[in-house]
Amino acid sequence: MKLYLRYLEILFKSQLQYRASFMLMTIGQFFIPLVTFASIYLLFEKFGQIDGWSFFEVALCFSIVHISFAISVCFVRGFDNFSKLVVNAGFDRILVRPRNTILQILGSTFEFTRLGRLIQSVIVFIWALFNISIHWNTFKVITLIFMIIGAIFIFSGIFILGASFCFFTIQGLELINIFTDGSREISQFPLSIYKDWVKKFFTFIIPLGVINYIPLMYLLDRGSYNDITSMLTPLIGVLFIIPCLYVWKFGVSKYLSTGS
Amino acid sequence: MKPYIAVFKLRVINGLQYRIAALAGVATQFVWGFMYIMIFEAFYRGFSGTQAISLEQLATYIWLQQAFLYFLYLWLKETEISESITSGSIAYELCRPCGIYGFWFAKLIAHRLSGTLLRCAPILVIAFFLPIPYRLSLPPDPLTFLLFVVTLLLGLIVVISLSMLAYISIFVTMSPIGSFLVFSVVGEFFSGFVLPIPLMPIWLQNIVYLLPFRLSVDLPFRVYSGNIPTNDAIIGILTQIIWIIVLIAVGKFLLTKMLKRVVVQGG
Repeated sequence: MKLYLRYLEILFKSQLQYRASFMLMTIGQFFIPLVTFASIYLLFEKFGQIDGWSFFEVALCFSIVHISFAISVCFVRGFDNFSKLVVNAGFDRILVRPRNTILQILGSTFEFTRLGRLIQSVIVFIWALFNISIHWNTFKVITLIFMIIGAIFIFSGIFILGASFCFFTIQGLELINIFTDGSREISQFPLSIYKDWVKKFFTFIIPLGVINYIPLMYLLDRGSYNDITSMLTPLIGVLFIIPCLYVWKFGVSKYLSTGS
Repeated sequence: MKPYIAVFKLRVINGLQYRIAALAGVATQFVWGFMYIMIFEAFYRGFSGTQAISLEQLATYIWLQQAFLYFLYLWLKETEISESITSGSIAYELCRPCGIYGFWFAKLIAHRLSGTLLRCAPILVIAFFLPIPYRLSLPPDPLTFLLFVVTLLLGLIVVISLSMLAYISIFVTMSPIGSFLVFSVVGEFFSGFVLPIPLMPIWLQNIVYLLPFRLSVDLPFRVYSGNIPTNDAIIGILTQIIWIIVLIAVGKFLLTKMLKRVVVQGG
């Protein structure tokens, strides 16, 4: 843990060396999801609702997903760029060091510029919360926090899974983007608006449903839910990372250096 | 003209080499197209009135957008050009016995064309056989199709003359990331990539129609689906030509101005 903090400190300092570029990137990261959000807003102006969900309900869902995604990308960016490490055999160096591989890759990059994205999502989050009437109680507050935590773990899991495939394909696969960016885009909306097979895929294979649809229904008091079980559902997302880590370990054991 | 055509040919052949990358791109765009249509379907499902564009037309719009992503996407960047400006290798290009504007222009067209040639066919073919409302429908008549082809090609030239301005701005900022970020975020929104223009509120539409961005994406795709009638399409083509002349004139003027004060650092 101490080592990780040290990594972060160095990375932060090095990224701040290019101050202008850093600021531009942060501002850019602020605006990219803003355009998406603006178009969602405009669509609601035209249509009024989406499959029974109001604008602020979707905004809450949108912001939770984007907050989690931004945090998760900040940390696991190293896995996103992992193919580079395999192609130029930089992973060899990591393997010979007497530390955990995952820790080292986590520490290899940290995207501070994603803070722009995070700030934008937090603003939307607060805006949405002020405009929805939720009957708050302790369980619901905890559910909300668990939703974000669960989502961070799911997204990180997908990134790690994607990186693990590099062990077998060497080349980075653009296809992985379908799962990383795709699951972010899909879960911006409550899952109930999609076709059945999409719902099933994102509940049972990639468990986005447990941080998206199920807790949202509970928060908004649609249908009757047990407080305790609803509160704990988003934590299933945390479990998702376990199989991902196993795939990673399996990948490491099969790793053949490219040599160069 | 001959050297430009040669550059163009060379680039197309070069671009056609990346087949696997194109295949992955096709799969990604396919999933994306599906997702957007599904979201729009959900919006339409609970809506009883009529919108300026029907769901079937919208599906066609989205498939065309995915198929011709490489053709018209503003985000797409030719790294060679931006690097030649920041690294200083532009000095070599200036030694060449042909105008740099035309040279880059040919390079950019070829870059986009080769990317599209590989990608568009599979997407279009599969989208034709999907069930309604996901299907890509045929244009209502041959004339519409002809107008679509013309607007699409002119749209490509609009995009490239616009992106030339972004490349030229690198001379000032020296950072391709910043220029392109602003350019593409703004441009994408106003061209109807994120949100189809008929679904925007009227006040925003009025702004959008004044800008050249929509001529690249919105116009050809809506002409195809019959959402824009023939008369308006012809007016659209004229507008495209006027904008192209203006943009190229401005681009050439700025480029010569920039090149006069260009300082090549190091060697």
